[in-house]
Amino acid sequence: MIDPKKDLLYRLADDQLILGHRNSEWNGLGPILEEDIAFSSMAQDKLGHALQLYSLLHELGEAEPDTVAFTRNAGQFHCCQLVELPIGDYAFSLMRHFLFDHAELLRFEALTASSYEPLAQVARKLKGELKYHVLHANTWIRQLGTSTDEAIEKLQAALDLTLPYALALFEKTEAEPAIIAEGIFIGEDALRQQWLENISRVLSQTALELPDVTTISPGEGGRHGVHTEFLQPLLDEMAEVFRLDPTADW
Amino acid sequence: MTEATILSWLDEVKDPEIPVVSLVDLGVIRRVQIAPDGHVSVWMTPTFSGCPAMDYMRRDVERVLCEHGVANHTVSMSLEEAWSSNDVTERGRQALREFRLSPPPPHQGIIDLDILEYAECPHCGSHNTELRSPFGPTLCRALHYCFDCRQGFEQFKPV
Repeated sequence: MIDPKKDLLYRLADDQLILGHRNSEWNGLGPILEEDIAFSSMAQDKLGHALQLYSLLHELGEAEPDTVAFTRNAGQFHCCQLVELPIGDYAFSLMRHFLFDHAELLRFEALTASSYEPLAQVARKLKGELKYHVLHANTWIRQLGTSTDEAIEKLQAALDLTLPYALALFEKTEAEPAIIAEGIFIGEDALRQQWLENISRVLSQTALELPDVTTISPGEGGRHGVHTEFLQPLLDEMAEVFRLDPTADW
Repeated sequence: MTEATILSWLDEVKDPEIPVVSLVDLGVIRRVQIAPDGHVSVWMTPTFSGCPAMDYMRRDVERVLCEHGVANHTVSMSLEEAWSSNDVTERGRQALREFRLSPPPPHQGIIDLDILEYAECPHCGSHNTELRSPFGPTLCRALHYCFDCRQGFEQFKPV
């Protein structure tokens, strides 16, 4: 059975890498200059976070970060399906960012108390940066979620569409009992509960309605290597230059 | 050669994107140690984990050590003591102001919305300002606006 630390790190790192790549696709296309900069900055942050986490995997005996990031195929990725979906329109990307980063901030706050000290150190660094992501998401969800009918309709549609995938952020793997028992992480159920409270609080300040999550079946599979048709093309594009000459020194 | 001498050499190394502040004043140089055999170790820590300037800064530190004849050295990046904007020295803060970049407000370790949104206008000193976007031209800067002198300005983000 896979080392529980590696199992957790792959999930964390792959989420960061793939959403970082998706965020970068807004570069030059943002609806206003500030949002172009914001999504590009968050992309840069997420790639930095992925590098820190792949470096921990490397310390545990896995391949170099670049090799791990650029040479695997979709079936070897452990990201949730939420992060691999195309950027869609701005409402979709904003809602995905809101749902994802609320979970990430809580996740890394909890990880600061991890028994696996190298990960706790990385978490202490990342949580400060993630605060800005959540601040950014909350600002726009509150602002647009209380503005015109068109904005509210678009955001509500984005929420309905992304929520099943967001619930799969908390998909468990076989390593879950060991991760909790060894004090590496509080576990996905505890995280999901806190996340629901936090996103509900922000959404209640808007005209948006959170669908009843008990009636939704989460879009799971990502943590076990089952992905949408969108991941492989993303990986092909992301690794295109690297694969031309994997030994090149950039 | 003492650790203090090495720190004074490293004062030459500036942030490539904010060329008025040294890495020592920024708090990025964590520790310098000279081993009994003369080997010099320097520990650095990133301001933001995705900061693309960190590699340049590390190479600049290595270059300065070599220029001062310290061939036997190790420069490493560590998150052991994560960087906080509180680590920017008073001299560093003054240099940021003169560069017209609002320095990060000191905090007690907990960064709430009040701290994130607060900034002093580096042009007129007013506190009648507003956070426009937490993301600016580099990861470490946020965009603010001053209602008194009616200018946009950037702030070095509190972390």
